[in-house]
Amino acid sequence: MSIKIEARNIDFYYGNHQALFNNNLCIEENKITAVIGPSGCGKSTHLRIYNRIFELYREQKVTGEVLLDGENVLASGVDVLELRRKVGMIFQKPTPFPMSVYDNVAYPLKLHYKLTPRETAERVEKALRGASIWEEVKDKLKASGLALSGGQQQRLCIARAIAAEPEVLLMDEPTSAIDPVATLKIEELMFELKRRFTIVIVTHNMQQAARISDFTAFFFKGEIIEFGGTEQIFTNPKIKKTEEYITGRFG
Amino acid sequence: MFRYDTAFKWICLVCAGVVGVLMLGFFIQLFISSFSAWREFGLSFLWSRDWNPVTDKYGALPSIVGTLSTTVISLVIALPLAFSAALYLVDARPLIGEILSHAIDLLAAIPSVIYGMWGLFVLAPLMQKYVQPFLADTLGLGRFSFIGTEFNGFGILTAGLILSIMILPYICAIMRDVFRMTPPMLRESAYGVGCTKWETARDIVLRYGIRGILGGVFIGLGRALGETMAVLFVIGNIMEMPSSIFSGSATIASTLANHFAEADGLQRSALFALGLVLLLMSFGIQVLAQYYLHATGARRGETR
Amino acid sequence: MMRRRPLTWRKLSNQFVKIFSTAAVLLAVGAMLWILYTVACYGFRSMSLSFFTTPTMPYGGPVRGGIANAFLGSVMITFGAAVIAVPPALCAGIFLAEYKDWKTVSNVLRFSANVMMGIPSVLVGLFAYIILVVPTGNFSGFSASVALAIIMFPVIMRTTEDMLGMVPDALRESALALGMTRTRATVCIVCLSARKGLLTGILLALSRVSGETAPLLFTALFSDGWPKNYFTGPIANMPVLITEYSTNSPFEVMHQAGWGAALVVTVLVLVINMSTRIIFREKKI
Repeated sequence: MSIKIEARNIDFYYGNHQALFNNNLCIEENKITAVIGPSGCGKSTHLRIYNRIFELYREQKVTGEVLLDGENVLASGVDVLELRRKVGMIFQKPTPFPMSVYDNVAYPLKLHYKLTPRETAERVEKALRGASIWEEVKDKLKASGLALSGGQQQRLCIARAIAAEPEVLLMDEPTSAIDPVATLKIEELMFELKRRFTIVIVTHNMQQAARISDFTAFFFKGEIIEFGGTEQIFTNPKIKKTEEYITGRFG
Repeated sequence: MFRYDTAFKWICLVCAGVVGVLMLGFFIQLFISSFSAWREFGLSFLWSRDWNPVTDKYGALPSIVGTLSTTVISLVIALPLAFSAALYLVDARPLIGEILSHAIDLLAAIPSVIYGMWGLFVLAPLMQKYVQPFLADTLGLGRFSFIGTEFNGFGILTAGLILSIMILPYICAIMRDVFRMTPPMLRESAYGVGCTKWETARDIVLRYGIRGILGGVFIGLGRALGETMAVLFVIGNIMEMPSSIFSGSATIASTLANHFAEADGLQRSALFALGLVLLLMSFGIQVLAQYYLHATGARRGETR
Repeated sequence: MMRRRPLTWRKLSNQFVKIFSTAAVLLAVGAMLWILYTVACYGFRSMSLSFFTTPTMPYGGPVRGGIANAFLGSVMITFGAAVIAVPPALCAGIFLAEYKDWKTVSNVLRFSANVMMGIPSVLVGLFAYIILVVPTGNFSGFSASVALAIIMFPVIMRTTEDMLGMVPDALRESALALGMTRTRATVCIVCLSARKGLLTGILLALSRVSGETAPLLFTALFSDGWPKNYFTGPIANMPVLITEYSTNSPFEVMHQAGWGAALVVTVLVLVINMSTRIIFREKKI
């Protein structure tokens, strides 16, 4: 039972508008932590701090600390490129790069490592297997990534995210744009993935959170209202607000 | 009341049809006027080197070579500059980015005859005094025959340089549009796997927008091909095959502008034939440009 | 364990591109400022009242020439071009924007307009020469206006289509629902609503042709007197004056006059161009 990521005293600002208030959260290693809450409450914002992807936008700022294996990744001397190799991200809509399936998965390998073509091919296959998509694409590795179905594209993105052997996977509503059958496939995949990676998933689908996660954090208006084991949160929430959300009284 | 509507619609249709008629008209009229030249020289007009009013022998090759070489030089200089300038501008702070974008777009508004004057009175002397000696002697590039050591400030290189400044705003504007159309989630994905800004631009944004970028390249190419006045002032107007990029030369457009007034008879017909060649080249380039731009919805390139 | 790529190389390339792109922007803006500065500097010396009120004179005569007739000639030519081009081009744009049931024809015509915008102006000059100068036997301001009108036409046509396209369909529908004819709805309501954008398109086309020289070399040529015969004889104009004085005259005085004319043309073109940006900005807000 070790803590992979710890967020301490996080405040987040969009320009002058504060979006996150004193977030404190512990993400346990090799477990799935779900982040739930009504839309616009800061779930994705919080997730995007972990790989510093918010820094793309000038007016977004954060104060506080995020400790990955004990080291603060928000500090100024940190190598962001390496951080993003260690912490992968899957987005709401599948975002395959405009290249072949093979090149999509090989891309992070080429970026971070010096490998022979054979090594690259082995790693690509490993990643595609790890994303449960190898059998479906092994004969069309040269086809464009965009030629796959929605669910396949998202699994391709997962393969791409795990190719460079990260330690954490951040998933921002990964199945919201995917059909239910494909969604189920991805949820099954996540059970396997958590053996190798730590997963944090933002979802607006409570049933999904209840199905797959080990821990759940409930967000409301930028604050973490309650955090605990998924079973406890869903069957016996301690805070009234949590209970109201779970039972569907709002959101 | 409703006949009124039909009439108006037909008026508008006819007006719109004018462009089609004009396009056809260009080809037809130029062909007719150049007919005697084609009859006299045949297709060998395209690769003959002589341009001699005395013996009444005319060939298009020197003009074509001049056109192509100035165009190539202008693209080689303008493309990397336009690409990187566009990269900077789409990522810059909103206010600065907007002001600088407008400033660069202003380059497109300056009339070409002004570029010509600037080239003639300012750039050419500078080229002769500093740049060309630097290239030929200091850098030692003079030993390459296509550069050589004879120069006088005018010629293909100077013309290419001015052309590159003229086409830069067009290419840059189209590239800015193409970059802005990249979906933000795709860019975030690239950063998410650990790309630097340059790697994102080179591997993801460029590939995603390659059709628009090619369209921009062709628009710039088309502009450089047909530019008349700026080239006229600085290229030297020598109707011979150029031996180096420092040589005086001529482009099809500059030849037309230069020789038309005093020409008659067969020479005039030959000039029309040159015009037809240029029309065919431009038309082909424009069609290609529109084909590529059509896929992206980026600005068509001229309405600045 | 996989061998890592050195981060320094990646970071260096990134830095290099950052510097290069900043330099590219500075180069471009610098070139623009340099050119404008040159025109302003050299041209300023010619600025005087007599410069604007005296017509052009041949070199060496008793009176120092100005540019008055050339300026007047250019105004006449450009105005003539606008009169010829604007009404049909507006109608053409209306056709593309409002009558959507003829998809193929519209696409072909739109494509042709886009292609035409890229055809070199020197060829337009040639064309105008063939269809007007040859049959009538003389150069004229009118043929120059026609040439410029041909250049303006596709520009206005396409900007009109784009601007009208930005008017929401709800507006059209409510006009028709009130019982207006299609024509009236289009002309009185839709065009009125898009008037700023339409004006911008026209101004842009004007600014573009105000500096065009090549077509004028084949149509209006030049003449040293006041513009008398717009339809029957060559006419003084600014761009050809600039060209002649700069390239065909060895005299410093003429070069100086050329710069003065260049300054006037540049200022005019930039003023029109910048005002379109201001007008259009207001419209967006």
